[in-house]
Amino acid sequence: MTTADLFLDALSLRAGYNSALVTVGAGLLGVAAGGAGAFVFLRKRALVSDAITHATLPGVALAFIVMAALGGDGRWLPGLIFGSAVSAAIGLIVVEWIAARTRLGEDAAIGAVLSVFFGLGIVLLTVIQTMSQGKQAGLDGFLLGSTSGMLAGEAVLIAAAGGVAVALVVALRRPMTMVAFDPEHAATVGIDVRRTDLAMMGLALIVTVIGLKIVGLILIVALLIIPPVTARFWTDRVDRLILISAGAGGLASYSGAAFSAAARDVPTGPVIVLFAFALFVLSLALSPLRGVLASALRHRRFQHRVHLRQGLLAMARGEAIYDRLTLRILRRRGLIRRDGVATREGRGAAGRAQLDETRWATARRLRADDPVLERYDGLTPIDDVLTSDQVEHLDSLLPKPEST
Amino acid sequence: MMDLGVDFVQLSLAPIVIGTLAAIACALPGNFLLLRRQALIGDAISHVALPGIVVAFLVTGTVAAWPMMIGAAGAAVVAVALIEAIKRLGRVEPGAAMGVVFTTLFAAGVLLLEQSDTSGVHIDVEHALYGNLESLIWFDATGWRSLLDPAALAKLPPQLFRLAIVLAVIVAFIAAFWKELAISTFDPGFAETVGIRTGAVGFALVVAAAIAAVAAFDAVGSIIAIAMFVCPPATARLMTDRLGRQIAWSVLFATTSAVAGYVFAGYGPLWFGSPHAISAAGMIATVSGLQLGLACLLGPRRRRAVQAAAASLHNP
Repeated sequence: MTTADLFLDALSLRAGYNSALVTVGAGLLGVAAGGAGAFVFLRKRALVSDAITHATLPGVALAFIVMAALGGDGRWLPGLIFGSAVSAAIGLIVVEWIAARTRLGEDAAIGAVLSVFFGLGIVLLTVIQTMSQGKQAGLDGFLLGSTSGMLAGEAVLIAAAGGVAVALVVALRRPMTMVAFDPEHAATVGIDVRRTDLAMMGLALIVTVIGLKIVGLILIVALLIIPPVTARFWTDRVDRLILISAGAGGLASYSGAAFSAAARDVPTGPVIVLFAFALFVLSLALSPLRGVLASALRHRRFQHRVHLRQGLLAMARGEAIYDRLTLRILRRRGLIRRDGVATREGRGAAGRAQLDETRWATARRLRADDPVLERYDGLTPIDDVLTSDQVEHLDSLLPKPEST
Repeated sequence: MMDLGVDFVQLSLAPIVIGTLAAIACALPGNFLLLRRQALIGDAISHVALPGIVVAFLVTGTVAAWPMMIGAAGAAVVAVALIEAIKRLGRVEPGAAMGVVFTTLFAAGVLLLEQSDTSGVHIDVEHALYGNLESLIWFDATGWRSLLDPAALAKLPPQLFRLAIVLAVIVAFIAAFWKELAISTFDPGFAETVGIRTGAVGFALVVAAAIAAVAAFDAVGSIIAIAMFVCPPATARLMTDRLGRQIAWSVLFATTSAVAGYVFAGYGPLWFGSPHAISAAGMIATVSGLQLGLACLLGPRRRRAVQAAAASLHNP
């Protein structure tokens, strides 16, 4: 079977029980990460989650050491997850404390916590390497994620925890939406902004510790950041942003995990991140709202309207046109001939443009403070703004009526 | 006792000096990044060095230092350009744009590394993250007197010379553009009115940080670089209101974390009766964090003062 066939199998969950569980778990994780990440993004705290994710490492290592010292299996996943959650929470508290109580900014607090906790984690990892039990601790998998060789129980745990995280996002969406959209307003309607912020970062923390095994702690932050940025291209509404972000996160994680199950020896985390980035690039290019392509088209259309209008007005005044783009637009619409002389349609259109301009000028002179007339931009026909009665009345006032 | 001296010079002296040079080279530009609220630029640059060196390896087929450093520096420039492009094209806020770019480039670097045939070549993700400071031994040394022996000095690890050159370049840059850097950091508006091109100064600062990150990355791994960009300058910031003194403090804190971190990592386990050393890179980062923690609790200037920035501008 080719990789493509294997990929399709994995996508449709036919690549074995374990990899199906992992794929579903990754999908749920992605949905939860996209949802939680959307709130974090709206609160402009995307990089705080970077500190949280790096801060998990000493907890994982310490949990391993403690479990091994107690005579158990150091790799027991629930224990490692508990340890990572504790140290990530400490990291979060330290970031908040430094930013609130010292003169250092949040960015410095983030950078300090992530590098120091990570460094401490590395120290502890090398301690584990020297312990007799931990020669092949397999903790390296937590750096970049590894789903190959995952136990069925671990896969079930991750899938279940992913489901819980999704449920938490759904349960907390109202207060978090209010706070993310407008914290002052949320406070006036009785929402505790501080506690909601804490809940939001707590959710990011849960996503992080679930994602450790699949995506790895260096890259899990990508799942919290990239989907909401992607979703922002498609909507201006908070509720839809959260839905789209969760969808993008879920899609990237599900297909990324499936791909890595199909292609052997491809680490899961980086694949998922690149799938998420692909969605981001597509959105950046194609979104009708804020995409690069759409705004380029909008710009071109506007440019053409301006050139057309100015060209027609010049024709009406009998002035020569030199601008090449203007000439090309007029020619393509059959308003002038190849040699630059106006066609019949061209003369008509020029007259109409001139009349419209005169009507606007008159109306604006007569009713200077009418807000309706502030819509004058040199492009909008006055018929769009005034009723036909008003236009007729206006025509009777024109200084020098012109025929069309 | 004499033997211990020889051992120390052979095994520990070069790593300590290299670690210190790397720490100072990162801490110096880190001071300005910290004051500009761009502390995480160092983090982003250090992450994207990985795809840079992988691509350099794939193109040149060697693990020679200069192609790798050029590759990493190129990746840093690409990353900064991508962050700007995403910020402008997509109107994405800076933090999120940075997060998108450095995670993606790092992921691409890991995948490239896993997919290309780098067996038999010493690059892997772990090496990129925490380097191999312990392996930079000075084999030709026979004791303290080797410091005066040109033949032995020539056999010092090449990273030491590279880092010394990079540190000299960074010191020269900061000295030459001191006024521009200081004014555009504290008061960009005023800087513009007196004719300083703040955009160019900011870009030059990022390039200096990238050079430091890449040189440190080559020698000691990215975790030290990230820690040294932030922790010593942040600790120094809590000690003084003056820019000059802050930089002096940061150099001191960078040095103490490098030296103490290496000593704890190399000799600490012996004190507990374990023959195995632990990661020096991680320990250096940890010590810098402990220093910062102490300064957060006790530093004489740990609280915010609105006039602090203005004061240090008048008396730089």
